[in-house]
Amino acid sequence: MTYEELLTRISLNDERVVVMTAENRALVRNLPTILGKRFIDTGITEQTMIGAAAGLALRGRIPVVHALASFLTMRAFEFVRTDAGIPDLPVKLSGFIPGFLSDGNGPTHQAIEDISIMRGIPNVNVFAPADEDDLVKMLSTIWSAPSPAYTRINTRKTGYEHQPYEWGKAEMIAEGSDVTILTYGLLFEQALAAVEILKSEGLSVGLVNMRSLKPVDEQAILTATRSEMVVTLEDHFVTGGLYTIVAETLLKYRKTANVLPIALNNRWFKPGLLPDVLKHEGFTGKQIAEKILGYQTVHKQAEILMNVFSE
Amino acid sequence: MNKKHTQAEMEAIALNVREHIVRMSTDGGCFTGASLSAVDLVVYLYASFLNINPNNLDDPNRDYLFLSKGHDVPALYGTFVELGLMDKARLQNHLSIEDHIYWHPNTQIPGIEFHSGSLGHLPSVAIGVALDIKMRGGDNKVICILGDGELNEGTCWEAVLVANAYKLDNLIFVVDRNNFQANMRTEDLIPLEPLADKFIAFGAAVKRINGHDFSQLDETFSAYPFQKDKLNVVIADTVRGKGLPSIQERADRWFCNFNADEVEQLLLELHGAHNTELTSETLIVR
Repeated sequence: MTYEELLTRISLNDERVVVMTAENRALVRNLPTILGKRFIDTGITEQTMIGAAAGLALRGRIPVVHALASFLTMRAFEFVRTDAGIPDLPVKLSGFIPGFLSDGNGPTHQAIEDISIMRGIPNVNVFAPADEDDLVKMLSTIWSAPSPAYTRINTRKTGYEHQPYEWGKAEMIAEGSDVTILTYGLLFEQALAAVEILKSEGLSVGLVNMRSLKPVDEQAILTATRSEMVVTLEDHFVTGGLYTIVAETLLKYRKTANVLPIALNNRWFKPGLLPDVLKHEGFTGKQIAEKILGYQTVHKQAEILMNVFSE
Repeated sequence: MNKKHTQAEMEAIALNVREHIVRMSTDGGCFTGASLSAVDLVVYLYASFLNINPNNLDDPNRDYLFLSKGHDVPALYGTFVELGLMDKARLQNHLSIEDHIYWHPNTQIPGIEFHSGSLGHLPSVAIGVALDIKMRGGDNKVICILGDGELNEGTCWEAVLVANAYKLDNLIFVVDRNNFQANMRTEDLIPLEPLADKFIAFGAAVKRINGHDFSQLDETFSAYPFQKDKLNVVIADTVRGKGLPSIQERADRWFCNFNADEVEQLLLELHGAHNTELTSETLIVR
């Protein structure tokens, strides 16, 4: 099932659902015809769209709101905080092309602080599915919760079949005693490749698909610290994202661990087509594995598919 | 001051720029339709109006052009190449991870004054530059090119109010009025008309012209400043995809990623050879 098929089904089953967009229609192209007045395109007006979503929610609607992740979370930030966050209204944010998915658009379109700023708003929950299969498994739970939510929309096709989603729980893929990789979003695919390389180099490797950054699965983080090394892998600034969440969690439980952050360190990434970006920034499965190992290997990097233009 | 180009020279430059844009619309693609509408405007401004040349890019007395509608940057890359501001070979690096020639403007390219891509930012940046020029008693001109869809963003209108409050007659907002935003016609979504009246009501001095007619462009910009103490606004009526009848005024050809054969056919089409039958994937628009 695709994002649009799921949204269509849920909207048709629940009259309260209203689909909104700030003129980003890539993943909702059929909905104007299907939903009629329950589809609202406010034009390129992210702030007004969020304010209007809050008004609709006041009247009992559940607005599912679309824009590019950078503009949705940053341009409209105060509207999300003040109009959806303070009154705790069920405004559901769907951010397109988050993280590395913004390809060759450049820093203006790079949402790599979105997890940090969205999770800082009381009442707003934050989700980052690994791929389309994961996204579709998570969204009905996210959208039926009573609070505002921000989801990094990731429709990358996958052959991987994820486990059913449980609210606030991470997906445990594998456990290992040497190293455990904690990750979310499109880097899950590269983490899977890294795990295979690390295993063939003789390591015992764990992998966790975090899925929900807020609420976070604290137990999954604490369990990961049983291995010698924990890796936080994310297409996000190193501040405020998963690495920070892990640090906060460990401090809360008075624990420490050997944690290697693989993230964007205080700079925007070089724009280009997705496979080139991953390679240039050191985020392919092979590069991740070699960073963990501390040496080069002869393993081959599997082909990384181009991103489908979805603005 | 730059050498002023004749109309025939500018037409020849604009045709070359359109060729560059078509050549960039492959191997990942670019915002072809949106770029083609802005070509004649951008060419006119750099070739005949603005005091900007390869030798004065760091001179505080140069003129400034801010491209707020950032996704039409292929028009700027092409114009820079034709006017000697950028090496032609660099166009081959479009979307290469090794260069900085990507979907939105950035200052790694000499001549680009400010990065853009998030709409409605540069009208206010341009105000800052225009304010400083006024404070220092300079006579340099400041241009900001805006998309018509971009005018949905409230910050554009805040900027008009502020520019008017500070009597910034050294500032010109140029609207590339191609009647489309990403997915549809502007008037079918968030209607802008009567657009000139809106700017006038906000205090600007407005001229509305055909943005593909070099003589009209010259007549209009020669009248700068339009009115003392008022923000200048030029609404340039343009055509999305101008020059390529096969994509002209098509909502689904905002962003194009043509195959190699289509690029060859479209280059011929620019010279009036035929209309190209396009098979490459398009945005699905309903």
